[in-house]
Amino acid sequence: MRVVFKTSYDRDIDLHKDGIHRARIAVLLAVMAALPFLVGTYYLAEATNTLIWALAGMGLMVAVGHTGQVSLGHAAFLAIGAYTDSALMEAGLPFVVSFPLAGLATGLFGALIAVPAVRMSGIYLAIATLAVFVIVEEMVILLEPVTGGVGGIMAPSISILGISFDRYGALQNFYWLVLTIVALVTWGYANLMRSPTGRSFLAVRDSEVSARALGINVTRTKALAFGLSSGVTGLAGALMGHYIGFFNYELFSIFISINLLLVVTIGGLGFIPGAFLGAILITGVPQLIAILRDGLNASIGLDLSTIPGLDTMIFSLILIGFIIFEPTGLYGRWLKIRAWVELFPLARRDMFRRQKSYLKTERMK
Amino acid sequence: MELLQLVIGGLANGCIYGLVALGFVLIYKASEGVNFAQGDMMMLGAFVALGFGNADQLGLPFGLAVILAMAVMFCVGWGVERLVVRQIFGQPQFALVILTIALGFVFRFVAGSIWGYTPLVLETPFAGRNLRAGGIVIGLADLVAIGATLGLTGALWLFFSHTRIGLAAQAASQNQMAAYIVGVPVMRINSLIWGLSGAVATVAGVLYATRGAIDPNIGLLGIKAFAAAVIGGMGSLPGALLGGLIIGVVEPIAGRYAPGELAQMSPYIIMLVVLVLRPGGLFSQMQMKKV
Repeated sequence: MRVVFKTSYDRDIDLHKDGIHRARIAVLLAVMAALPFLVGTYYLAEATNTLIWALAGMGLMVAVGHTGQVSLGHAAFLAIGAYTDSALMEAGLPFVVSFPLAGLATGLFGALIAVPAVRMSGIYLAIATLAVFVIVEEMVILLEPVTGGVGGIMAPSISILGISFDRYGALQNFYWLVLTIVALVTWGYANLMRSPTGRSFLAVRDSEVSARALGINVTRTKALAFGLSSGVTGLAGALMGHYIGFFNYELFSIFISINLLLVVTIGGLGFIPGAFLGAILITGVPQLIAILRDGLNASIGLDLSTIPGLDTMIFSLILIGFIIFEPTGLYGRWLKIRAWVELFPLARRDMFRRQKSYLKTERMK
Repeated sequence: MELLQLVIGGLANGCIYGLVALGFVLIYKASEGVNFAQGDMMMLGAFVALGFGNADQLGLPFGLAVILAMAVMFCVGWGVERLVVRQIFGQPQFALVILTIALGFVFRFVAGSIWGYTPLVLETPFAGRNLRAGGIVIGLADLVAIGATLGLTGALWLFFSHTRIGLAAQAASQNQMAAYIVGVPVMRINSLIWGLSGAVATVAGVLYATRGAIDPNIGLLGIKAFAAAVIGGMGSLPGALLGGLIIGVVEPIAGRYAPGELAQMSPYIIMLVVLVLRPGGLFSQMQMKKV
């Protein structure tokens, strides 16, 4: 294990632990940027999808992982982002303007909901967001001139400074666009978490009472976190609309909300890399299942595609397994493995043992 | 006349919402966990009853089939608590939320693999029989729904206020730590409550099935029942029933007199209004902690 001596406060709150860490991230970015030259169109499209999911996952992570507010309605924010972006582009605005505006509009909507919602604790917020989701879904069907109603709309094709970023015509460019956005958001997110605002999110998550005692305006912090969360999710929604191309309200179903929760829970609540790990899992597992299904069908003639709902079932079992056996998610598991290797042979089994605790009542607020 | 007709149909529907909501509230009171799979437990209960009762399945008499289904679902609820929920004791609340959502999908898959995804009809002795009184038509199924709900609520009330286990459950729900100290087997009580809510969900499912066909996706009704529980205030048994009745009555009336999709949204709109005005629900159980 490398011991880093921190000789100044700036060093202590630095984004990267040391030069090696910085270099690793640079290498990762370089590989991601070179990906269009390394893999075929199919996998490039999948990578784009994964990045969009990671972006949406980061959006939810701000609320669930870092502020402790569970939302079951984030698909609604995806929908609002996608439809706002498309509507603005149809109205003649370029993507460079409509995209941030879509995020802003979604963020404002989220904050607006959050103001009454954050007065509710834990479970009530989850239910309220679920209700908001249902209402937004119905509104999408009702607002037919903008959203195309049940029929759906075609996402306009993106072009910036005359260069096409169309998802089908110029997938490479679209991939780079998504990668740039995701990298920027991740950078901003990581920086936010070392700022006073980010720290106050964590304080609110860990104990509202103590946060209040430390002079944090809990209501404002929660509303801000929720607004940021929905804004980022709205950005992801806009990209998802462009990625899918043709979409209607069914793209943003309740299952998407649950998949998003899956991303952050399996990835690792409260860790930014967790959103990426979760996104890789959620986009990768269906591919694996498809490959496995074809393999089984070809080798032993077992046709799994005759069993409907098997994918959802497998996802659910993975989710249950993670919650019971590894509540810190994939990233938490990685941290444990790393600690074991670094401390070898001194690591002890009880180092990460979860403390059994009694029920923390939420009836007392 | 038309309004009265709508109200009676709505009350019967509301009883079903209320019963599912009752299941939520039972678990919430006992362990402050929220079982998002309650709607799917209702669905599974209805299918188990169908499996015992329908002529082309096991073909048992209706009453026996319902009782057996309740027993089976009691065991399912008990088992879920024992094998899954107890493992995450002490984790934050949303862990249980996510866990039970996943469990709901598992239930849906199980029901879908056994009984298929095409809608099935539960054979009941009172299907399609109507009573006429002064210009309005009351389905016998509606009356049965209202009656069964009243009976079940009464039985639950007697159980919680007059039996030793019921009193122990009340103690555990009020203060878990203190209940431990005075020797209440809190863990076992929790399992029992989960079992009970499984059985209540079965009754709701059977009542739902008497009013139409069932398929594995009817569990989504749970979301509406959830709204009912919140309107009443999570943690209040009469509140849950009242919330269910409010939603059940408002829905058909909104569908008849209000435009378009408003009927679909009405339960959630009522719920949001209640949450904003009275964050703890109509029968609030929340208290401020003094620091």
